[in-house]
Amino acid sequence: MVTINGESKDAAGNDLKDYLESMGFDLMKIVVEKNLEIIPREELGKHVIKDGDTIEVLRFVGGG
Amino acid sequence: MREEAKNMITEEELEAAFDARFPKEIRQKFRGARVAVAGLGGLGSNIAVMLARSGVGHLLLVDFDVVDVTNLNRQMYLIRHLGIPKTEALPDILRQINPYLEYKSIRVKVTPENIVSVFSGYPIVCEAFDKPDQKAMLVQQVLAQLPETIVVSGNGMAGIGNSNAIETKQMMSRLYVCGDRSTDVGDGIGLTAPRVAICAGHQAGKVLELILN
Repeated sequence: MVTINGESKDAAGNDLKDYLESMGFDLMKIVVEKNLEIIPREELGKHVIKDGDTIEVLRFVGGG
Repeated sequence: MREEAKNMITEEELEAAFDARFPKEIRQKFRGARVAVAGLGGLGSNIAVMLARSGVGHLLLVDFDVVDVTNLNRQMYLIRHLGIPKTEALPDILRQINPYLEYKSIRVKVTPENIVSVFSGYPIVCEAFDKPDQKAMLVQQVLAQLPETIVVSGNGMAGIGNSNAIETKQMMSRLYVCGDRSTDVGDGIGLTAPRVAICAGHQAGKVLELILN
């Protein structure tokens, strides 16, 4: 199992970029941390989700 | 303008006023701190004013824009600043609050390519942009390219009321997020001075806490 934003998901084996898009995230508006390492937007497609990974996804909204 | 403010009050008088409320060690820590503010809109202008009032010794102010009439509903600027780059208008305000602190301005649009040259040397960066893709870019690039830097970000402060929904939360090892994380100007909700200032207050408050630790 994989932990995404604190919830257990059966996501191991998926491409990280494809999985986040399938969850409905706009890749231009999120910050992704995998196992305490920031994954820049352009590198999301280079990562495959593995069993035991902990992933945090922060979605930004407009206003400042 | 700077000299005029210095002629009206001495550095010693300002320090004495601060010392009356806080121990000297706290003032010295604030005075020795270096904080960057990325984006000088509603969040950034309020954050910078609060940090200057707190005696934070060195502020880096980063923005590419000029003051517009639509900014006056929530940003610190005055009518006399209309049309002036924010990187000039904000130091003008800050020097009227404390002319003895260092204010460095960089008028630039932040990109992944200039992150290191703009923000290296600042242990704390406040993310205060308005567009969500730019917020995400700044946060991920600072955290990835500057491995010691802590980011305090504003995320979700649109609308009116529901002030208690705005909170400070540590979201990642070097990332604190202030805001309600949901209200979005992209949904057609406007920004109001109180909620923007509350969010900015959360960010500035977390910065002061981080300086002391």
